[in-house]
Amino acid sequence: MADGLVQARGLYKRFGAIEAVRGIDVDVARGEVFGFLGPNGAGKSSAMRMIACVSPRTGGELQVLGMDPGRDGPRIRARIGVVPQLDNLDAELSVRQNLEIYGRYFGLPRAHVREKARELLAFAQLTERADDPVEPLSGGMKRRLTIARSLVNDPELLLLDEPTTGLDPQARHLLWERLYRLKREGVTQIITTHYMDEAEQLCDRLVVMDHGVIVAEGSPAELIERHATREVLELRFAPEARPEPEVLAPLVERVESLPDRLLLYTADGERAQAEVARAGHRPLSALVRRSSLEDVFLSLTGRTLVD
Amino acid sequence: MSALETPFALRLLPGGSYAGRSRMLLLRSATAARRAWMAFFSGFFEPVFYLVAMGQGLGSMVGPLPGPDGSPISYIAFIAPGLLAASAMNGAVFDSTFNVFFKLKYARLYDAMLATPLGPVDVALGEIGWALLRGGLYALGFLAVMGGSGLLVSPWALLALPAALVVAFAFAAVGMAATSYLRSWQDFDLVTLVIMPMFLFSTTFFPLSVYPRWLQVVVECLPLYHAVELMRGLTTGLVGPGMLVHVAYFAVMIVLGVAVAARRLDVLLLK
Ligand SMILES: Nc1ncnc2c1ncn2[C@@H]1O[C@H](COP(=O)(O)OP(=O)(O)O)[C@@H](O)[C@H]1O
Ligand SMILES: [Mg+2]
Repeated sequence: MADGLVQARGLYKRFGAIEAVRGIDVDVARGEVFGFLGPNGAGKSSAMRMIACVSPRTGGELQVLGMDPGRDGPRIRARIGVVPQLDNLDAELSVRQNLEIYGRYFGLPRAHVREKARELLAFAQLTERADDPVEPLSGGMKRRLTIARSLVNDPELLLLDEPTTGLDPQARHLLWERLYRLKREGVTQIITTHYMDEAEQLCDRLVVMDHGVIVAEGSPAELIERHATREVLELRFAPEARPEPEVLAPLVERVESLPDRLLLYTADGERAQAEVARAGHRPLSALVRRSSLEDVFLSLTGRTLVD
Repeated sequence: MSALETPFALRLLPGGSYAGRSRMLLLRSATAARRAWMAFFSGFFEPVFYLVAMGQGLGSMVGPLPGPDGSPISYIAFIAPGLLAASAMNGAVFDSTFNVFFKLKYARLYDAMLATPLGPVDVALGEIGWALLRGGLYALGFLAVMGGSGLLVSPWALLALPAALVVAFAFAAVGMAATSYLRSWQDFDLVTLVIMPMFLFSTTFFPLSVYPRWLQVVVECLPLYHAVELMRGLTTGLVGPGMLVHVAYFAVMIVLGVAVAARRLDVLLLK
């Protein structure tokens, strides 16, 4: 992977006794949108911060834009954009000033950042709020402003740590649309998320992380194909009528038991539903759906992503 | 802004700690201050109130005091240089403690800055630089009040402003370094606990001779004492080589403060 923008081998991070990242291999190619999918505490942010050159690695190899973050941190940071998990906009500045001043931190000339800010305000759909303070903005607007800010230096690589966590569906979709646009413009992106739909929507390729290690890697379609069946039958039962998973297991490829429902993995959900009925089980509700990355995670770890 | 201190701080820190762009933080602070200029100037008035209240009020009841050369001066002329030093200290300390703490712990502003090519030395110098400008501005305002009241009697007083900048720089650097060790707002009681007695005892309101010997020794170790003596000498025109001791005292504060502040930003934020 000679032209990989990020290359990690055995990347390792420890905070005192806590092993946050326990040896991961990552390759991100130019132009792709790469994802870290995993539950809270999986080590996604720790990995991102090492790539962003704001957290020294404890062990392993890491190259970003062909350079070593340990030695060339400032030079790498000059060419990447970072959207941290928690917004850290400057509340003492206006929306526009947040962009202009941030650009100045990169050493960009005044005239350049002024023009760039105008362009980015339009991109973030914040032109009307340009001279307002930051604090009264909605969560979605603040997130868009943080993303706009991360673009002020025309980065080759954009790091987005949980870009839509905490946003309502409408704000999320607006944000996704902006990220698509950046992808079309050729900006390489690394995104962390614990939303499987976000990973499916945005990522060309992703790794599933759990407890500091990578448990699977591939495109969303590949992962689903490899670790789940085409369809899932979701059954909810009254507590007294709920059969043991082993009873249903022979009817399908695999059964997962969650507190509130049973998931039956099968190529043909409708047929499985008919067979469950024929076997005399009476669920309160039955739903056939396509498999998702959520099912991949469940199959790999035995747990759900978001609980 | 401090071509002198940077190489020293750099040697204590890993590579990439300094992009030479701390003036961008000054730009940021100036932009922010334009939106909240009332808060910026509020701290200026405290020493002026002291000058009026103590100088006029108490001064009418106390007779003349021994000046720097032993000859008697009026009470208001005695306390004015002390309050000038306190002005420089106040502006610098307020900014480098409360404001820095808020940006460090709550606004996560320095995290945002360190995600750019800026390094901890840029951030430390930029923030200390702003605090020193604030202290310097308060001192300038106070000097104007002194001039207007006929309390500047020597051409040496021209040097009071650069001296005030040095004093403010020293307090700002040490203030930011100390703030990096504070954990919660409660810890700010400690700052008050240091500043308040220092303000009262550092020959601001009384000459050193009123204290018992052991307390004199303690007072002579306080940074504000050195600032007050420096200002009193300059504004009254009693200048001697002994003043270089004060300047050296502040040089040490500056170098240690900047180095520790930058080092602490590195430890706290780049982990
Ligand atoms: N600065 C830190 N100090 C101590 N422990 C940390 C720090 N940052 C993260 N951790 C720990 O490392 C683990 C991984 O955290 P993180 O990388 O934030 O995961 P994620 O982003 O996937 O939720 C967690 O156990 C977390 O508590
Ligand atoms: Mg995280």
